[in-house]
Amino acid sequence: MELDSLYQEVILDHYKRPQNKSLASNPTIQVHHVNTSCGDEVTLNLHFKGERVENITWDAVGCSISQASHSVMSELLKGKSAEEALSLVEEFQRMLQSKGSDLGNEEHLQDGVAFAGVSKFPARVKCALLGWMAFKDALQQSITKAN
Amino acid sequence: MKSALNVDQIKSEFPIFNRLVRGENRLIYLDSAATSQKPLSVLDAERDFYTKHNAAAHRGAHQLAEEATELFEGARAKVATFLNASSENEIIFTKSATESINLVAYSIGNAKPGSKFHLKAGDRIVVSEMEHHANLIPWQELAARTGAELSWFGVTDDGRLDLSNLDSLINEKTKMVALTHQSNVLGTINDFNGDLVKLRAQIKAVGALFLIDACQSVPHLKVDVQELGCDFLTFSGHKAVGPTGVGVLWGRSELLDEMPPFLTGGSMIENVTMQSATYLPAPKRFEAGVPNMAQAVGLGAALDYLDKVSLTAIHEHEVALTKQALDGLKSIRGLSIVGPTDVKNRGAVISFTVEGVHPHDLGQALDQYGIAVRTGHHCAWPLMRRFKVVATTRASFYLYNDQSDVVALVEGVDRARKYFMER
Ligand SMILES: Cc1ncc(COP(=O)(O)O)c(C=O)c1O
Repeated sequence: MELDSLYQEVILDHYKRPQNKSLASNPTIQVHHVNTSCGDEVTLNLHFKGERVENITWDAVGCSISQASHSVMSELLKGKSAEEALSLVEEFQRMLQSKGSDLGNEEHLQDGVAFAGVSKFPARVKCALLGWMAFKDALQQSITKAN
Repeated sequence: MKSALNVDQIKSEFPIFNRLVRGENRLIYLDSAATSQKPLSVLDAERDFYTKHNAAAHRGAHQLAEEATELFEGARAKVATFLNASSENEIIFTKSATESINLVAYSIGNAKPGSKFHLKAGDRIVVSEMEHHANLIPWQELAARTGAELSWFGVTDDGRLDLSNLDSLINEKTKMVALTHQSNVLGTINDFNGDLVKLRAQIKAVGALFLIDACQSVPHLKVDVQELGCDFLTFSGHKAVGPTGVGVLWGRSELLDEMPPFLTGGSMIENVTMQSATYLPAPKRFEAGVPNMAQAVGLGAALDYLDKVSLTAIHEHEVALTKQALDGLKSIRGLSIVGPTDVKNRGAVISFTVEGVHPHDLGQALDQYGIAVRTGHHCAWPLMRRFKVVATTRASFYLYNDQSDVVALVEGVDRARKYFMER
């Protein structure tokens, strides 16, 4: 059934057991993003040190797609350089905006490819991107702050 | 249980129910509080206007212009009768309820010192916590522009207007009161002729203007502006089986004729020089430009349709469906109703949450079963905060829904809950 292509096992697992869902103190930057169409919110703490993403922690209210996506994002991008992280964000975003044609590169996106199915549900793309956009914003602010 | 309506017959008059959704599912449309579906007679009326009579109403010396004017003004007369207005001149066509409310708010904001509509610091505007953003933000903005203070009635735990501070809200400072007739989230009907008659009397006693947002009531139950005792009332055509792009503002003639205009331009003037202009009385004063004629004509056909079916029967039918749905939903584990849990003074709108399942996910699953519901904050963000929820799932019923739709909803919600919670 089509519902299963949207709610992959991986997504429901992350939803039920989210990673990094507890805000660590003293972040380099804290951002707060809201999905104005549904009211879902995420607060993201980024620890950024020596050009590297040292830690990503978050707290959020939202649907399973957005919660699972924050979880996957925080796992995947932790430890990456700013450049690597940004490139992964773009790759994830491309996949989600592909309307189902881009299934994602598992080597790069790891659990993130589970969200390929979301791209066929236009109303849910924003849910999956919320945390990633919050991260991108936090990263750019951290870089600006460092310079 | 025998229904007050012949739903099979009604459904056959709404072409959209011929289609299937998400594969082979029949369409179970439970989102009429957002917008209703349209019967063929409404589509035909619009098409007929364009194919046979299209011209700019009130302009031109030709036959088509005369016919277009007659049809447009005929639609106005239908709305007047439908609401039991004392004159057709009390009916203003706008593009939506949102525009109607903005019209009143901007008009008041344009009133100069000395006008009885003029607002200033020390005056008060009163709304409630259960308003749709459309009946909140225009008043926030008006308060900000004029220096008046915005105050509001709260909402009780069971979803009713909290009148405990009536005297401090409605007193000689109060100049404008804007309240919903039926909440688009809770389903609560504010019965200004019954339970809330004291509120209405107090508004009148202090001489404040009283606007009723009747978006969710006019399509579903008999609304009589003279019985309601308000000064302004508004609704949108598209929620009342009519077209998008047309709304109504009803106002008392003696007020409308003294209010400053909102939108200015052609068709609303009496005399114009290069420096200034004088304005026609209502309704023309508030209908600048070539009007939304085809949509108004479509709305006229929509009201004819509702009259033919009978609003009394529609309301009775909806109360039965609401009761069935409330009983069914309450039996689902982890489900909480946000709003009154009985059918007294309650319309056919039911909001609920299911523990552990976000409304977005629930709505997505229901969609796969062919059930269209609304999820989110329903343009009532303060009300969501009041009930400490981020969002709800909302099912709303109308004349084309039947008991099998309610059964599908209850089964669908339970199936979705199991999908997310027991996998
Ligand atoms: C209670 C209420 N008021 C106002 C509105 C605004 O109506 P519209 O969007 O048609 O202008 C709505 C519709 O969503 C509503 O439900």
